[in-house]
Amino acid sequence: MTARPERIVVVGASLAGLAAAHRLRERGFAGSLTLVGDEPHLPYDRPPLSKQVLRGLCTADTTLPRHPDLRAEFRLGRPATRLDPAARTVELGDGSRLPYDRLLIATGTRARPWPASEEAALAGVFTLRGRDDARRLGARLQAKPRRVVLVGGGFIGFEVASTCRDLRLPVTLLVRDAVPLAAALGPRLGGLVGEVAREKGVDLRLKTEIERMEAEGDRLAAVTLKDGERIETDCLVAAIGTLRNVEWLDGSGLEADAKGLRCDAFCRALLRDGSVAAGVFAAGDVARWPNPHDDDALVAVEHWGNARAQAETVADNMLAGDASAMRRHDHLPDFWSQQFGLTIKLVGLTEGADAFAVMHGSLEERRLVVAFGRDGRTIAAASIDSARWLPAYKAAIRERAPFPPIGDALDQTRIRVQDP
Amino acid sequence: MSGSTLFERILDPANRANPYPLYAEMRKTPVARQEDGTYVVSTHAELARLISDPRISSDDLPDPRKFRWTGHPVTDLLVRPVRAEIRKRHRPFIFRDPPDHDRLRAQVMRCFTPERVRGMRDKTQRITDDLIGKMRGKGRIDLVDDFSYPLPVTVICELLGVPPEDEPRFHGWATQLATALEPNQRDDAETQARNEVCFNEIADYIRDLIKDKRKAPQEDILSDLATDRDGMNDYDLIATAVLLLVAGHETTVNLITNGMLTLLRFPGHLERLRAEPETAPRLIEELLRYEPPVHYRTRLALADIPVAGTTIPKDAPVILLLAAGSRDPLRFPDPDRFDPDRPDNRHLGFGGGLHYCVGAPLARIEAEVALVSLVRRLKGPSLVKDPPPYRPGASLRGPRHLPLALEGVADE
Repeated sequence: MTARPERIVVVGASLAGLAAAHRLRERGFAGSLTLVGDEPHLPYDRPPLSKQVLRGLCTADTTLPRHPDLRAEFRLGRPATRLDPAARTVELGDGSRLPYDRLLIATGTRARPWPASEEAALAGVFTLRGRDDARRLGARLQAKPRRVVLVGGGFIGFEVASTCRDLRLPVTLLVRDAVPLAAALGPRLGGLVGEVAREKGVDLRLKTEIERMEAEGDRLAAVTLKDGERIETDCLVAAIGTLRNVEWLDGSGLEADAKGLRCDAFCRALLRDGSVAAGVFAAGDVARWPNPHDDDALVAVEHWGNARAQAETVADNMLAGDASAMRRHDHLPDFWSQQFGLTIKLVGLTEGADAFAVMHGSLEERRLVVAFGRDGRTIAAASIDSARWLPAYKAAIRERAPFPPIGDALDQTRIRVQDP
Repeated sequence: MSGSTLFERILDPANRANPYPLYAEMRKTPVARQEDGTYVVSTHAELARLISDPRISSDDLPDPRKFRWTGHPVTDLLVRPVRAEIRKRHRPFIFRDPPDHDRLRAQVMRCFTPERVRGMRDKTQRITDDLIGKMRGKGRIDLVDDFSYPLPVTVICELLGVPPEDEPRFHGWATQLATALEPNQRDDAETQARNEVCFNEIADYIRDLIKDKRKAPQEDILSDLATDRDGMNDYDLIATAVLLLVAGHETTVNLITNGMLTLLRFPGHLERLRAEPETAPRLIEELLRYEPPVHYRTRLALADIPVAGTTIPKDAPVILLLAAGSRDPLRFPDPDRFDPDRPDNRHLGFGGGLHYCVGAPLARIEAEVALVSLVRRLKGPSLVKDPPPYRPGASLRGPRHLPLALEGVADE
């Protein structure tokens, strides 16, 4: 393990995989570098897919820039199918085998498919994860469907709803929970965004689920809700979460399941017996790692910023030699979303928050910074159209500042601690 | 060496030519308390953090209502208190906080449109060509007086709409008012008295100019601001105009002069810029890191702020030593090397946060046009004196003169 690596294989040719490759070259790695991707595309960027690409403002070609001197071999359109950590080889779909000294697993996630497979197969039923999805859905939206039905109360559902309204399409957004976006933003902020969505013309239905879909031939024609209401639609987007791409690791002995691939603090993949899988690392959406900002609670963060930062941690650690020279992954999760004319930013994780305070601005103005606390400590902060002070809150979260974290500040009225 | 003595040494004009070893010393204590209770912040991470901290106020000027008595009752009891009150309430927006700051800055940004700024490129080139043309036949020039000063001054006057014939009056005013950025000067009673007189003079001048603009609006920023129905009141308008004029006189001058000085010290980079003028943008970013025109800005702590193991107490003056942060080895590998090819060059040359330099796009254009033209047209330029004599300011730092020997001037 301490020998300098000569062959590095990256499984997953997306943001994390490419970021790791760049960092490895920057750090002077001169050996062979292979990136394996199941899609036929070179690494591309996903955030624009639900916004500019669907809107038709740019093509679905969001290929990420690559350094001209990257010297990486891309094996695209062939998924990895098997890992043998003892032999240190990865097997691809075409039967070829790649030996490695270091392996990065960055296989990410895929869209959770609509559970009823016959309904999922209907023309007019979409999911959105990759650029081919965005191209297909974008083409459908440009063809002016009668009504778009979106299922799911998360950011993808809301961003697509916002894009549909920009295109002046009638939209019904079905959310199973009582408040949208609550998992990430808490009920108060989630409620605010839901309110804005309604004002922008979204038919937002809470505590609602689909009972069944109706087809005309092989095309979607309508959906019936659990309460019996029938909505005619020829375009439905299921934005109901993601599944981690870990199935190919079955039989490898790695500790991987629906929650992700288990790693240690240095992002080294662990075997089921808790020991380190020699030379194997993980980064991005698929990696489940101990978060130092949350007492090492295991977390898999599906955000753009973490994918990049974690890939860089991994690249450094791959070249570090042994654990004593490695650094732990201490990225503070952060995230942004643009929808309905709002820019929403979040730092930290709000899970388990028991306190909430508006720090600057107000819910009424819809321009604000809020902080989230748990057990008297600051764990997260979010802003809507007002990100200027977030760096200070980021520092407060890193330092586990008492809640509420920042007082006597500019642009601040009396702080009132409330339930989230 | 105690922290206090160290910052005093930074302020000492004797160290103006090369403050960087002192900055390196300073960075050993990222947040250093001085004997007078001021806190100096000198490392990149801490600067980047404090520059976006809502507990840091920019409203830190000394109170103009505290002045020395002249003995004339009308002056002391009526005129000066009223004027002082106005000055206090209507400070330029670099010395103000949200929400007022945001409103005033937004109004200026509406006038400083990208089209208008880009439109100044041709004009900047014409002024540059003209100034370089005047160097013909001279074996020796002073780059500051002959070029670096008149160029940005002509540009800012043109943009704002100050008639060129009035420009010479601003030279003294701008230099005097820039002392507001130097903490060791601005608290001095003598300086304050001079600033008061100076501000009243420039305010009277601008008040008249605003009247003219309202009568006959022209294609300039002052006309736009003066005729904006939802715009600022006259006091804020005057303060804003003064701010833009002073900023236009006191900063880009140093960027251009420092730029030429650096290129002459590293002739390889001068040759490269001559051969590949398209590399100018990166070179200018590196200049803003390596020899920036603004070295520090002052602030005030509104609450106790824990940072880097120290707590800056409420009401403490804070000095953000931006130029030291731009040379922080933890952020920039080999920071004392001038390297325009440096990746990820997020220098603090234009500050950051909500007070990030409004004139940054204009300064970049001016520096680019100026440096590319100078290296292309000056034949065999060399430094007569290195280091050159410096202006007294430690915040707005730059050579007072930059005497150059020339072998000639090439055609345009």
